[in-house]
Amino acid sequence: MKKLILTFPFMVYSLMFSAQVPDGKEIMRRIDQNMSSENRSFTSKMIIHSIRSSRTLESRTWTRGEENSFTEYLFPVREQGTKMLKLENQLWIYSPTTDRTLQITGHMLRQAVMGSDMSYEDLMEDTKLLNHYNAAVTGSEKVGDDDCWVLELTAFDPEVTYQGKKLWVDKIRHIPLKEELFAKSGTLLKRTELSNITNIDGRWYPKKIVFKDMLQDGEGTEFIIEEIQFNIDIPDHVFSKGSLKK
Amino acid sequence: MIRFLLKGLIRDRHRSLLPIIVTALGVMLTVVFHSWLTGVLGDSIEYNARFASGHVKAMTPAYHSNMQQMPNDLAILGAGQMMDSLQVLYPFMDWVERIHFAGLIDVPDENGETRIQGNALGLGIDLLSPTSQETERLNLQQSLRTGNLPARPGEALMSHEFSAKLGIKTGDVFTLIGSTMYRELAVYNFTLSGTVEFGTTALDRGSVIVDLQDARFALNMEDAAGEILGFNVSGYFDEEMTGQVINEFNSRFYDTEDIFSTMMISLRDQNNMGTFLDYSTKLIGLLLVIFITAMSIILWNAGLLGGLRRYGEFGMRLAIGEEKNHVYRTMIYESLIIGILGSVGGVFLGMLIASYLQKNGIDLGIMMKNATILIPSVFHARITSQTWYIGFIPGVFSALIGTMLAGIGIYKRQTARLIKELQA
Repeated sequence: MKKLILTFPFMVYSLMFSAQVPDGKEIMRRIDQNMSSENRSFTSKMIIHSIRSSRTLESRTWTRGEENSFTEYLFPVREQGTKMLKLENQLWIYSPTTDRTLQITGHMLRQAVMGSDMSYEDLMEDTKLLNHYNAAVTGSEKVGDDDCWVLELTAFDPEVTYQGKKLWVDKIRHIPLKEELFAKSGTLLKRTELSNITNIDGRWYPKKIVFKDMLQDGEGTEFIIEEIQFNIDIPDHVFSKGSLKK
Repeated sequence: MIRFLLKGLIRDRHRSLLPIIVTALGVMLTVVFHSWLTGVLGDSIEYNARFASGHVKAMTPAYHSNMQQMPNDLAILGAGQMMDSLQVLYPFMDWVERIHFAGLIDVPDENGETRIQGNALGLGIDLLSPTSQETERLNLQQSLRTGNLPARPGEALMSHEFSAKLGIKTGDVFTLIGSTMYRELAVYNFTLSGTVEFGTTALDRGSVIVDLQDARFALNMEDAAGEILGFNVSGYFDEEMTGQVINEFNSRFYDTEDIFSTMMISLRDQNNMGTFLDYSTKLIGLLLVIFITAMSIILWNAGLLGGLRRYGEFGMRLAIGEEKNHVYRTMIYESLIIGILGSVGGVFLGMLIASYLQKNGIDLGIMMKNATILIPSVFHARITSQTWYIGFIPGVFSALIGTMLAGIGIYKRQTARLIKELQA
């Protein structure tokens, strides 16, 4: 009887919490609604803070679904004209200085792009959470002034880069404000912070993401979206090898 | 008396020729053995120095912490200014910039698509400056198997084995895919000017040698160098001198709080070379002690036998009234003359052979074929100041001591028994 009296308040609190907490899948669906699109095009700036200096790269990217992506570097001069094409799990890089198209496959896709804290997959993929992860809401915390659900994601797709994710999802805008990305072993690989959340065509979207590769010494990489368009018509030839040398 | 003894030695060849030949041979072997051992161990150390460690190496402390990974993102910036300072402060050393890098060699087919790829270890050295001694230092001309040394920017050398594996020949273009100093993707085309073979698996498996400026351009390392190596102008590692340079340099440039300041380390602080140096010094000492002891015993024995063989002669000389001390002294003088003549001859012959081996060396490439550490295929002898006296001293004194011991018997001879001995 004494035990029942002691545990009763906790049981009531747990029931109240679960009644208020939305389903993990529902949160993922709402995140996907904001973050994913059939296709998109954006101009971005990547500020890479290494332990010695900072560098800025500018690029324009077109993506279609989860599989196809094309990026052209605009700045600095050394990288100008460098193009990357990703079709499914194959990546080609065109280097204008050598006039060579090089193929990068497999684990190379997980290498850092241009010395940043982002991998080719981070940069070029538009992964829908619902297609790859199961989710559980494990709590509620504040990130800055924003109330967030803490969401723990476990991949059911063995091919996905990050086998575990922990997200702090804004309760109102349904956008992650903070992420921790884990390997299958449980090793923390990356941390991201998403900010400058802007409403674009009825969806909330972060225009600034700070990536920190936890296995590197650098100070992180700021990925800033300067201009973005969702669900536009992108001609098929953009996602072909012919576009690399154009 | 010396003239008299010399005449005796020249006229009685039994007393001179054989002992001189034995002494000369022993001394010659000691000289050759010492110079060969010193040379072989020195060659291994110098080979490492020329390719990897230098006699001293300057780099950032951050680079030093991860040196095996060739972290060019932690390279010395403002390398040109640092080179100027080093040349002014330590003009008695040759200073060179080096860039080590790893990457993928991508060989295109006729359509420019990847035909084959292979992992490479690259080395950027000053190949094109007219005053550069890097070509000689790395013995590149002698190591050429096909083609020529790079003569213009964009040309590269590749290990012969690696080029055969990739199926490329002189004049073909290949692409280096690597990582720049800022960890960007580095893609750079080179034309193969020639192939080299060093006879060392570690270098022949997948080496690419390019000009320093090309490496800088490919890896976005303007005015940067992973390492600055210093070489004693004499060509050999001098521990005391380099120690002074290191102390002076570090007190001037090294800040323990700043991982991007510049520090300097010695050859012995790299790749376990310290242990190797200590081990080789001890090994040379031990082998020489064993060898010289064995040779001394032989020469001592020769002196002893020489003395005993003349037992009858000494008896005769004593019987006709010669003083025991005089007989003993003449014997010692004779032995000394034989020792000096034999040793001078031995040093001369030994030096001739050692000089030849120092200049030409012996190619032991077949034995080194599977060596995975940096070790040369051609070994040379090395003549040092020690080589001049290492054989001479035992050559003179071993026979002398043997003779001195044999001569003690002179004092035990009884005059009364001498006549009986002579009659017998």
